[in-house]
Amino acid sequence: MGRSRRDFLRDAAGVAIGGSLLGASPFLRGEAAAKKRKVIVVTFGGGARDQETFAPEGQENIPHMLNELIPQASFFTRVSNQGILGHYVATASLATGVYETLNNFSAVPPEHPTVFEYFRKDLRRPSSDAWVVAPSNGFNRIGESEYRSYGPGLGARVVLPKHLLSAASSGALGDYQHLVRDNYENPLYTPQIGGSEFELHQLEMILKLSVGDFMAHARTVSSPDELSMYIVKRLMQQESPSLLWITMHDIDIAHSGTYSLYVDAIRRTDRLCAELWKTVQSEPEYAGNTTLLILPDFGRDADEDPGGNGFQHHRTGDAASRTTWMMALGAGVRPGVVYDRPMQSIDLVPSLGAMMGFSAAFAQGKPIDELL
Amino acid sequence: MLPNSLKAEQFAGYPPEARALVVRHLELLRLLPITFVPSLLREVIEYDFKFPAERAAIDREFTHLSSLSRAQMQLWFQSFSQVSLSTKIEEFDWVNQPAQFLEQESAYLWSTHQMDAFRKAATEYGNRLQSAVPDEPLPVRRVGIAAIGQGVGSYDAPLFRNLRKHGTYFNQVKPENGLEILLKAVADRAQAHPAAYGHWYVDGGRASNHSPLLTSVSYQGLDPVRSALLKNMDAEISRPGMGPEELRTHMARLLPADLGMDKSGDAVLDRFQVKVFTEGSGTQIFSTTFVQWTTREALRRAQPLTLLTRFAPRQRQRPMNELLSAVDGEAELDATGSLVDADMGAYYHWINQQRLPGAEQSAFLVWFEGHKQALAIGPSLPRGTTSTSSVDLAQLLSLATG
Repeated sequence: MGRSRRDFLRDAAGVAIGGSLLGASPFLRGEAAAKKRKVIVVTFGGGARDQETFAPEGQENIPHMLNELIPQASFFTRVSNQGILGHYVATASLATGVYETLNNFSAVPPEHPTVFEYFRKDLRRPSSDAWVVAPSNGFNRIGESEYRSYGPGLGARVVLPKHLLSAASSGALGDYQHLVRDNYENPLYTPQIGGSEFELHQLEMILKLSVGDFMAHARTVSSPDELSMYIVKRLMQQESPSLLWITMHDIDIAHSGTYSLYVDAIRRTDRLCAELWKTVQSEPEYAGNTTLLILPDFGRDADEDPGGNGFQHHRTGDAASRTTWMMALGAGVRPGVVYDRPMQSIDLVPSLGAMMGFSAAFAQGKPIDELL
Repeated sequence: MLPNSLKAEQFAGYPPEARALVVRHLELLRLLPITFVPSLLREVIEYDFKFPAERAAIDREFTHLSSLSRAQMQLWFQSFSQVSLSTKIEEFDWVNQPAQFLEQESAYLWSTHQMDAFRKAATEYGNRLQSAVPDEPLPVRRVGIAAIGQGVGSYDAPLFRNLRKHGTYFNQVKPENGLEILLKAVADRAQAHPAAYGHWYVDGGRASNHSPLLTSVSYQGLDPVRSALLKNMDAEISRPGMGPEELRTHMARLLPADLGMDKSGDAVLDRFQVKVFTEGSGTQIFSTTFVQWTTREALRRAQPLTLLTRFAPRQRQRPMNELLSAVDGEAELDATGSLVDADMGAYYHWINQQRLPGAEQSAFLVWFEGHKQALAIGPSLPRGTTSTSSVDLAQLLSLATG
């Protein structure tokens, strides 16, 4: 490769190159500040390649991230995922800091403690302080493991907007059941719900949202991720969780083989990320004290790999499908810096631990120094 | 069970030609590692329904492997031997269900972090085989043609972006009778260089009139098969205990007759068409995906000398708010989105063509149907340039193949 990955951004956004900037940590603050810190993690999914995002030919698809977010962000250009490239198992790995080996298409909890369990147990936080908004039933066990000494009762609360939609419509979706089906890779399969998923009646109790209003809003959005973002905004207003994890999934429409829909979904996700950042600025509980981290769970297969079919899937395990990026912005982050050293996606959880003050005891990644 | 325990009677369930082939090479199979043999059997079990190019490739592979010394065998397969499987996977009936075995093996390799090692072993093997078994020379240079953008009135964004550096972009093409010209050119090639499954025409809508010498596959022509498959899948999904693996296994076993195809048809082509739907993701729903995947599979399997693809508008993906508003009606078409799909599909067509023998001599043409834009790739055409010459499709094809 003639150009390094960081050249993508140096040219496009005029950002500085990290490496010599490791000085006093912007996170070195008092205990009071640490208590108030909020972190939002967004998985830019499911699965996007460089060439449709930060590579020169892809930058037209991410105008909001490129022009609005990157100048404020620390950007990590070489984040690799060495685990299993299925969306649920990869997201579970991101959330535990260990490459999980669970069945991607089963509703089972991660084997190792999640970031939510570390956060709540170490910092003695209530369940209302850690939330996950995920697209579909397959993610309903992502909130907590069954690990002894962690596990049930210590995890995050999980909202599945598609599941809510199905419940709220009381089966009236008719021919459009595919809207609430689980994922694009196995579009005809929906695992049974089990675990601590967000129940319909909690719409009103927690989100202060009637079923009617929820359905009325659902009729105004164009995709499941837009519905997720609506739930996220309600959660931020009503519960103000300190640790909020959002899994985007529209991009996985790529499995249908339609390039235009894949690119459309990237553009939508780009817009939603910028919207989320604006919401952070406008919510008093979040403005000024929130760190936002955005990263794809993994990439997709390279066009040239004979074992795959290009953007459609993520089955080959080639470099394009394993290598991706991460953006961090907001509280404690050095803005406009690009870091080109290799790191792994399982480094996220130990980094969150170091940032927020808990110990990710069983995570196998390493804290990212540039964020500390 | 390991390959060294293989017996001829275990292949009683194989179709006749496949069974004969395996029995003939049983001694060889017994020497190979279990991490390799099921991959070979997955191809062999379909031998009776394979295209001539595939059968020749399997024959050549067996012949060459049989000629290797023990030391050479050790060298060729040591990477496979270093990949370990669980006893449970080894006990699976990989003789009769090699494809299902490979799915389980794949999941196991991912979960034990051996996928990269397996991938390396497979790549090394493929490279060795390719070097050791030279390709037969082609009777004529291979040609790929893609007509994209049917139904699009105007489009301002640049087309063929991925292909431009490989060929010449023409912006003054005479579009008149373009499709007819291309179909005639393909038919002429089929007439001049007859070969079973050697010249193809794939259409994402209804096939235009074409020469009977062409192997033709069209989305509309397969509507009944597609509908039967979707009904079959819906019925299977509602069965208790059905999950993604079970559904995949069920679909892999479907035969043309299960989906209402006439038993008097072309058994090889019918199986191919069923597999396009049962193995391709999205082929059942979107015509653009159907054309792209059919093209990929036709090139990979049949290795045609000529392949003309014509993309048609696919159905529009309706946004969530529209679906929830329960506004029914005819499925609308998305011509512009289909053009973007097809532009990428044409790029993949060329990539897949370039994986075949004779790549350095092959030619490729992509045309924005009904418009003046096209791009041609050929050994004598400059790369990364633009031509403003006013040419028709016949002249353009001649330039690419000249």
